[in-house]
Amino acid sequence: MADLRSTIAGVKSPNPFWLASAPPTDKEYNVVRAFKAGWGGVVWKTLGEDPPIVNTCSRYGAMSLNGQRMVGFNNIELITDRPLDVNLQEIKRVKRDWPDRAMIVSLMVPCEERNWKAILKRVEETDADGIELNFGCPHGMSERGMGAAVGQVPEYIEMVTRWCKQHSRMPVFVKLTPNVTNILGPARAAKVGGGDAVSLINTINSIMAVNLDSMSPEPEVDGKGSHGGYCGPAVKPIALHMVAEIARDAETRGLPISGIGGISTWRDAAEFIALGSGSVQVCTAAMHKGFKIVEDMIDGLANWMDTKGYRTLSDFQGRAVGNVSDWKFLNMNYKTVAAIDQAACIKCGLCYIACEDTSHQAISKARDNGTRRYQVIEEECVGCNLCMHVCPVDHCITMKRVDRGLPHVGWVDDPRNPQRRQAAN
Amino acid sequence: MSGSGTEAPDVKPGRLEKGAYQNVFDDIAPPLSAREALIEAARCHFCYDAPCVEACPTGIDIPSFIGKIRTGNLKGSAIDILSANIFGGTCARVCPVEELCEEACVRTAGENKPVKIGMLQRHAVDALMAAGPQPFTRGPESGRTVAVVGAGPAGLACAHRLAMLGQKVDVYEARSRSGGLNEHGIAAYKVPDAFAQREVAWLMGIGGIAIHHNKALGRDVTLAELRKRYPAVFLGVGLQSTQKLGLADEALDGVEDAVAYIERLRQAKDLGTLPVGRRVVVIGGGNTAIDIAIQSKRLGAEDVTIAYRRGPSQMGATDHEQHLAQIEGVRIRHWVATTRLIGWKGRVKEIELAYTRLDEAGKLVLTEARTTLLADTVFKAIGQTLVADPFNADAREPLAVKNGKLVVNDERETSLAGVYAGGDCTATGTDLTVRAVEDGKRAAIAIDRRLRA
Repeated sequence: MADLRSTIAGVKSPNPFWLASAPPTDKEYNVVRAFKAGWGGVVWKTLGEDPPIVNTCSRYGAMSLNGQRMVGFNNIELITDRPLDVNLQEIKRVKRDWPDRAMIVSLMVPCEERNWKAILKRVEETDADGIELNFGCPHGMSERGMGAAVGQVPEYIEMVTRWCKQHSRMPVFVKLTPNVTNILGPARAAKVGGGDAVSLINTINSIMAVNLDSMSPEPEVDGKGSHGGYCGPAVKPIALHMVAEIARDAETRGLPISGIGGISTWRDAAEFIALGSGSVQVCTAAMHKGFKIVEDMIDGLANWMDTKGYRTLSDFQGRAVGNVSDWKFLNMNYKTVAAIDQAACIKCGLCYIACEDTSHQAISKARDNGTRRYQVIEEECVGCNLCMHVCPVDHCITMKRVDRGLPHVGWVDDPRNPQRRQAAN
Repeated sequence: MSGSGTEAPDVKPGRLEKGAYQNVFDDIAPPLSAREALIEAARCHFCYDAPCVEACPTGIDIPSFIGKIRTGNLKGSAIDILSANIFGGTCARVCPVEELCEEACVRTAGENKPVKIGMLQRHAVDALMAAGPQPFTRGPESGRTVAVVGAGPAGLACAHRLAMLGQKVDVYEARSRSGGLNEHGIAAYKVPDAFAQREVAWLMGIGGIAIHHNKALGRDVTLAELRKRYPAVFLGVGLQSTQKLGLADEALDGVEDAVAYIERLRQAKDLGTLPVGRRVVVIGGGNTAIDIAIQSKRLGAEDVTIAYRRGPSQMGATDHEQHLAQIEGVRIRHWVATTRLIGWKGRVKEIELAYTRLDEAGKLVLTEARTTLLADTVFKAIGQTLVADPFNADAREPLAVKNGKLVVNDERETSLAGVYAGGDCTATGTDLTVRAVEDGKRAAIAIDRRLRA
């Protein structure tokens, strides 16, 4: 059986599955339930200075798709609404009772050195394994000059990270907001400031829906709404991209990453790890189905690792990073065409109409003794693979490689590129 | 069979507890909830050139109406259905979808689990019917009036389409109520809560259609007369006569015509007054045989057997219907043919069956082997025939009839110019409500075109 133990920035946990800083980690009761269920660690819901904040009602918005609930999810909840002392006592107790689990404490205080210094000292007394700087929360707190308001300014990130390293023995995880044009700016700043790891992504600015009766955005608070933080399965592609960019950037390469964003299954987790993550953080999936989901995450990942011959996480951690490339280096001589497995085809015609209406008119339709027959016109097929994606039958349409005996040529060197690199003489 | 010959036939009303009649013919397939409908609608792939549409005799744009259920556009969904089939409500309940749209559904090929098209159709149409009047408006008045004979699905579909096209319609109906087989023939548990009457009243809301009840063709009006008074005539008269077994003693009490009994049942104000046999044998293999068998069982018959002369795959009743009968506790005996009705004091008491088989040439033959079943009631459900006499009152211009059905062309025009026909009295396909509706619709379009030419 594969060994799922994870170490990231010196923080150890029995498995890489952590609960992200969010409602599920707001108090001892929940966290103990999570640990009993098998979660490897938690990032405690963000602590701030007293008096505690006050939340609105309601707080969540969700997007359903074809009956599937919570494909996307957002919230306008703020940081913990409980007194600092209460949280710190509980953290200390839980860490004492569950010493093998990772206990990271998320923090957010005003951007003054003394404020950070003060709270760091208190957190240190809990024996927590590390801290996570909440520079990501995009709603509410950002209006008060915290959260994403800090995370969007690399200089602030660097400054606060440096204070935290100066005033604490604990590993510092810098949580990044995706609400920036380029994630590398904040990531580099975290590294320069001395951060031990980055956690990403935090939630994305969003309005979940507009209520067409009340004309209020959702989630709705007495007929009005403000933007919230978007998360859930639908954000995973955005998160994977940002994780990959940090993993392959010359300046941030090697910076430990705790991956976050729509992780619901062991497969999602494996993808984040393959792109370099050392641990993963989950929230929406747990809020949707409860803590029990970690059981499948743990044995699903281990079983998959066994089939692949990976003994430890490091055996595949970052394995996909080298395959994330710039477009200009992709092989322009790589050619595929779609192939339809006629035996598997259910004659829905979706491949035909997608290609006919919106692409390259490369699928023909005919009747064969009354039976519909859809067939790829290989000469017209550009290998875009839209048909494969719209086909409702798994593996019915596949992309066949057409070997033309040509070498790998990126656009940078392609003869068709007027600005191509000239071969050095 | 120890009681044979010693017990009196047992046929009596009120076999159930008094209160039990209220729910006896409840909806056999209850409607989908809103949430179920959304989940089911999401299963539709929105096929291009969808096989289900082709399989629907009325050509309803099924992917479109299901897609609209998905977005909460129930009105648009229902109008998609009804513009192709104004009897979308009945058809959603009675269509043998497993042989039509749902058989063709690509999910049948993929996973043997089609989208529940019929149930979704009902969901959309019921919502629209509950919300208000029928949604179509009359076209600009043409100033003409067309005659329709028969207020069943073919006739009323024709009348409604003609109304949409701006024609006025006089409908002549032999019975005192409209609806045809929807009202008088379909099993009660498929269209409970007076659905057929509600549907007729609702579709009449378009206006411009007058129904004259108790006016039978050949008795109260003649075709020749109608042709003189109207520029076009549509015949949707159905079939009238039940076929005979051709046996001695067919006139015994207790030997009943299934269609006539179902009509009595459908019109009964108090089901507790209907006489029901203790042991019922149904002769036939079509959906009427299933309908009468299940309804007899539900009315308290102790033992109901369908006797069919061929095997399950030759039965006119769909697999779904056969299955339903068996779930309801009806026994289906295949490969038996009725050879004798045995009476007792003028009442049927017993039925003799011969085992049958196919000979080398594939012809059905009776074997020597016989068996008998006790039967307090024997229902004949072996099909109906056209009574052509009324059409032929004017001997100079008889309507062409072939194999017992009126001959019509693609436009549903008969051998007489300006006389159209559709539904069970014609042979344009299967004997389904949905086909009758399509006939009426097509005839209406052709009539309108003819009148404007």
